Amino acid sequence: MIEFHLDGRSGVAPYMQLIHQVRQSLRLGLLREGDQLPKVKDVAAGLAINPNTVLKAYRELEYEGLAAARPGIGTFVTGTLGGGASLAAHGPLRRDLQRWLAKARRAGLDEESIEALFVSTFRSAGEEEIA
Amino acid sequence: MTAVIETGGLGKRYRRLWALADCTLSVPAGHVVGLVGPNGAGKTTLLGLATGMLAPTAGTIEVLGGRPGAGPAQLARVGYLAQDAPVYAGLPVAAHLKLGAHLNPGWDAALARARIKRLGLDPGQKAGKLSGGQRAQLALTLAVAKRPELLILDEPVASLDPLARREFLQYLMESVGDQGLSVVLSSHLVADLERVCDYLIVLVGSRVQVAGPVEELLATHHLLSGPRRDPGSLPDGMRVISASHTDVQSTLLVRTSGPVLDPAWMVSEVGLEDLVLAYMSQAAGRGRRSHLEVQR
Repeated sequence: MIEFHLDGRSGVAPYMQLIHQVRQSLRLGLLREGDQLPKVKDVAAGLAINPNTVLKAYRELEYEGLAAARPGIGTFVTGTLGGGASLAAHGPLRRDLQRWLAKARRAGLDEESIEALFVSTFRSAGEEEIA
Repeated sequence: MTAVIETGGLGKRYRRLWALADCTLSVPAGHVVGLVGPNGAGKTTLLGLATGMLAPTAGTIEVLGGRPGAGPAQLARVGYLAQDAPVYAGLPVAAHLKLGAHLNPGWDAALARARIKRLGLDPGQKAGKLSGGQRAQLALTLAVAKRPELLILDEPVASLDPLARREFLQYLMESVGDQGLSVVLSSHLVADLERVCDYLIVLVGSRVQVAGPVEELLATHHLLSGPRRDPGSLPDGMRVISASHTDVQSTLLVRTSGPVLDPAWMVSEVGLEDLVLAYMSQAAGRGRRSHLEVQR
């Protein structure tokens, strides 16, 4: 079972934070198909947030096909992310990225510049695909 | 769904002073409603009217479809926790539960006992010897074990330290999840309410400034910044809540149902706290102006 946390300063709506955390857990392989998500009541009590916020996040996950509610029991994971394989299974890609990161550092880039370069390249690649 | 609180032109006057004026609201059931406003805005007056402890001077109010405090049945449906969580200092914890059982027809004794146990309170301990946080938890336990449909809390966390505040809200949210109750709680601090409320009423200077589901309020308010311009030149349907100008730049907090199309504006999202503060300072500004006019 995963445990949710909230970042009060992030400006991201709490229900979105919950959705992100479920998606992230799916990618990292912390959650698998069939796993139960924390009970609405427990999340509400644990984080001192409105139960409706948790329900809303779970409904959104259901809509995305990632989870399903079983009345009276709870909400369970029904889908996977990342083409069926979790990030842990992307070993070769991760190694490529590590090599690239090492190269970037050798070229004298600091962390912020690396991040900026990655994000801007990621975006422009996305735009090319759309165009 | 029926409204938990429905008011029309509701007002309460103390001698010559209106503590609440022209208040028209329709709060749907199933929400945790935050009633926010500075001290002296009229929050306690509105809550007093909703419990039936105060009678309106003007207008109407219905709570869960009935007249507040109209009889035993109506009283049993509404739980109320007054400011500073009053308990009987000379009575032990156990006597409070006994009192609750005798005074409330729907009393859930098992829930109350389990809760006191979980809190680690000694049933023989006099309530006056409890810490502020424990007193608040005891009072909340009584209010929840009454099994109301609507729970009204007046500044429940204002006097608590951060940990006690968190624990209080945790139990409150657990109860909402468990029993599906509707809650109205007041606070002069938005930060207390941000996580728990999904409906907001901003009350300033005895008048409701804005009310609605939090999500809708956040979606319809935007912060615009761009080259300086006259707020009067904005499109119809865009209402300016607050505005500040430098010699070259204007920053506006606006409410609009449609998207902001003018490319000259940089549009950013507004947080709940900024939104509430904008309404508060707008109302305060109006107050100052009218005050000046009177002086002239």
